[in-house]
Amino acid sequence: MCATCGCGESEPVAHSHSQAQDANHHHPGGPVHDHAHEPRRISLEQDILAKNAEFAAGNRRLFADRGMLVLNLVSSPGSGKTTLLVQTAQALRDAFPVMVIGGDQQTARDAERIRAAGVPAVQINTGKGCHLDAHGVGHALDQSLLAEGGVLFIENVGNLVCPADFDLGEAAKVVILSVTEGEDKPLKYPNMFAASRLMLLNKIDLLPHVDFDVDRCVDYARRVNPDLQILRLSARSGEGMAAWLDWVRAGQRNELSQHIDRLEADLAAARARLIHGGGEIRRTII
Amino acid sequence: MHEFSLCEGIIDAVTTQTRQQGFSRVRRVWLEIGALANVELDALRFAFEVVRDNTIAATAELDIITLPGRAWCLNCAQAIAVGELYDPCPLCGGYQWRLTGGNEMRIKELEVE
Repeated sequence: MCATCGCGESEPVAHSHSQAQDANHHHPGGPVHDHAHEPRRISLEQDILAKNAEFAAGNRRLFADRGMLVLNLVSSPGSGKTTLLVQTAQALRDAFPVMVIGGDQQTARDAERIRAAGVPAVQINTGKGCHLDAHGVGHALDQSLLAEGGVLFIENVGNLVCPADFDLGEAAKVVILSVTEGEDKPLKYPNMFAASRLMLLNKIDLLPHVDFDVDRCVDYARRVNPDLQILRLSARSGEGMAAWLDWVRAGQRNELSQHIDRLEADLAAARARLIHGGGEIRRTII
Repeated sequence: MHEFSLCEGIIDAVTTQTRQQGFSRVRRVWLEIGALANVELDALRFAFEVVRDNTIAATAELDIITLPGRAWCLNCAQAIAVGELYDPCPLCGGYQWRLTGGNEMRIKELEVE
């Protein structure tokens, strides 16, 4: 057994390392051996999404530094995400900064609709991609999307499968299901409903016209995720919107108060350093 | 088809590790995928064959080890086996359980030369 690299070579026969290995691999005084063609196992034990998790952590730090609430909105295509966002932005933009990132495979149509509602919006076109990832969101985060105490909505690509796996640095995923879809979608796409904190049941103004059993849908969703919060609303008629807006406001206040706690802790630590660092300075300041 | 993104992540991690340790070819990759993870294994295998092209893993074989779904039932206060995210607890029939295993997506090991 080679004590230097543990490659399993036991015979002191004449052999040589490949160039790449020689660069950082020496056996002083001993025979050099060759394991360029000997298979060896490397244990990795690494999450496949480790890199996305790193980028998501970076985004999360940017948001935390500003006490921002960031929500990742996920749904099928056509659930009414953009209409909901337009109504939400108009209702909240005077209370605190509201910003939107829109993900679609093609076109900037959604971002244009949202900018028309008077809030900054950036479109990410994923091309053939079926989901947003933390790296792409990080690149989209220009100064117009970062504001102290603001709320950033990330409208993901319409897809109930792929976006479930990709943390973007958000505080929570909000899944939107409309009553024009099947009530059994929480069972058909369980990973997304399991990954979400809130489900918005949208287009309830259409309930008289469709065969959609709300209670059964809620039951299915809670089977997959017993902790899932559920709100029923219609972005078009405005019914139920108040509860959703309150949910966002509560989240925004929560992020901001956590931000204040962190700033106060930093301030207290800085004061402590000043006091321990020298009485002279302390007297002149106080 | 986020399996393509997953495979890009796999190839990236595998390439980095292999080069860092001074090897030049990946012969085999072992993944651990939970039975309840959001991954279609056939799509993952297909994507792997496409994404590995022109990398040091171009001829690498893919071995997928499936890990079983395990959960803790809050009602029964004990460990249970689950096959789907919407399965009831096999003991009490309730849904108040928390997943403790079965959603893994890990690169476990490589064989390199």
